[in-house]
Amino acid sequence: MNDTIVKVLAFQTRDAVRSRWLLVYTAFFLAATEGTLRFAGGERAILTLTSVTIFVVPLVTLVLGTVYLYGAREFIELLLAQPVSRGKLFAGLYVGLTLPLAAAFTIGVALPFLAHSGGEPTLGGAVVSLIGAGIALTATFTGVAFVVALRAEDRLRGLGVAIGVWLLFSLVYDGGVLAVVAAFGDYPLERALVVLTFANPIDLARVLLLQQLDVSALMGYTGAVFQQLFGGAGTAAAWGALLCWVCAPVALGARAFRRKDF
Amino acid sequence: MIRAAALTKSFGATGVLRGLDLDLARGRITGLIGPNGSGKTTFIKILLGLTAADAGILSFDGEAVGRDVAYRARIGYMPQIARYPENLTVAELFALVKDVRNDDRPLDETLIAQFGLRDQFEKRFRTLSGGNKQKVNAALALLFRPDLLILDEPTAGLDPASSAILKDKIIAERDRGCTVLITSHIMAELDELCEDVVFLLDGRVRFAGSLSDIKHRTRQTTLERAVASMFIREVA
Repeated sequence: MNDTIVKVLAFQTRDAVRSRWLLVYTAFFLAATEGTLRFAGGERAILTLTSVTIFVVPLVTLVLGTVYLYGAREFIELLLAQPVSRGKLFAGLYVGLTLPLAAAFTIGVALPFLAHSGGEPTLGGAVVSLIGAGIALTATFTGVAFVVALRAEDRLRGLGVAIGVWLLFSLVYDGGVLAVVAAFGDYPLERALVVLTFANPIDLARVLLLQQLDVSALMGYTGAVFQQLFGGAGTAAAWGALLCWVCAPVALGARAFRRKDF
Repeated sequence: MIRAAALTKSFGATGVLRGLDLDLARGRITGLIGPNGSGKTTFIKILLGLTAADAGILSFDGEAVGRDVAYRARIGYMPQIARYPENLTVAELFALVKDVRNDDRPLDETLIAQFGLRDQFEKRFRTLSGGNKQKVNAALALLFRPDLLILDEPTAGLDPASSAILKDKIIAERDRGCTVLITSHIMAELDELCEDVVFLLDGRVRFAGSLSDIKHRTRQTTLERAVASMFIREVA
């Protein structure tokens, strides 16, 4: 009965849509997109929005996701006491959390672009990529939120771990890459750096998005090497890797959910 | 109805259940008592499939509790804490649980009527009082005419009138043939409802028998005194 998944999903989506935080999140992206389109416009708008997206989407997804899951603990236990399999319940809960977050982001970015689209149809592809990458990051970090909330029994600790994961992927990681480059600059590091890019979904999303624009100088070290090595052909590989980054935490989360002692 | 044999469970280094043996007879009301940390909640969670035992056997109506989730369709569970997604209404929660259960049998809506919950149906959980949340909890547990009813501190937070309604309903369920397992810190309440008593201490059953049995054995007239005297003797 895959009905169960759909019913739990629909229930949870309704809960999320009515929450104030989701409204704030949507409003934030509406304002950010509208603002950059008005004051920067064109490619520069996409550039700014890329930075905002890869910074804000993982953070908000991780924090809202873990907070929601700790709050829903008793509710999840009540559902588990019904004749429902854990796999289906996990699927319903996961999609029910990802969908509203992804929709909020999509609406926030897409609406202003649609409203302004008259002038610059050439940006269409870049906007679609931006939204695609934002949705992929949402799906990835919702999965991470599940893993964190299921593994850490204590709510405060879980929230700390979630923010730590975000810091690691968005700030510490690039610092580490730079340190590696500074220390081993005399060696041919190109391949190693591409591997490092693929190992971080946030880096991957950034490189993927900026690659489509003519701004490789702003892509950071990994980004520059990435383009040098792959050119346009790397895009497909990067999308594939981003998809793997969605699947990995989800698989880990599902496993943790099936084995968890509630 | 329920049979546990040498059931063990530890969380990290602490053993919560240390070889629990228990038999619950069909159609009786059993009070599960014991100090905090004695394993009551863990036992209930294993029975519901929320937690997996490390070793031992737990069977429900002859079937081992494990992978198959179907047996839970026959259980009504009233958890101690009633917290639900706060932006949803009472009606939506009832609809979800009904959908998930997918049960064709007619529902038992006595408690919904007696608690006057219909007036609360369109309210969101955020605005619901603690007592009303507890009533929702009770009504949900009894909605599907369960064969086994598990109640964790059922009357905590209920006003006396609602508490009496719930107790009458528990007895009516028993008369229908339902097996009832109750945990409570209020011994007077168990004294009033239970026929059997199971006393847990340090993850083992220290006493299992009828209510009159425990009173007789400890030479006390109330369950509270009987449990107290048994506890003192065990600790000493």
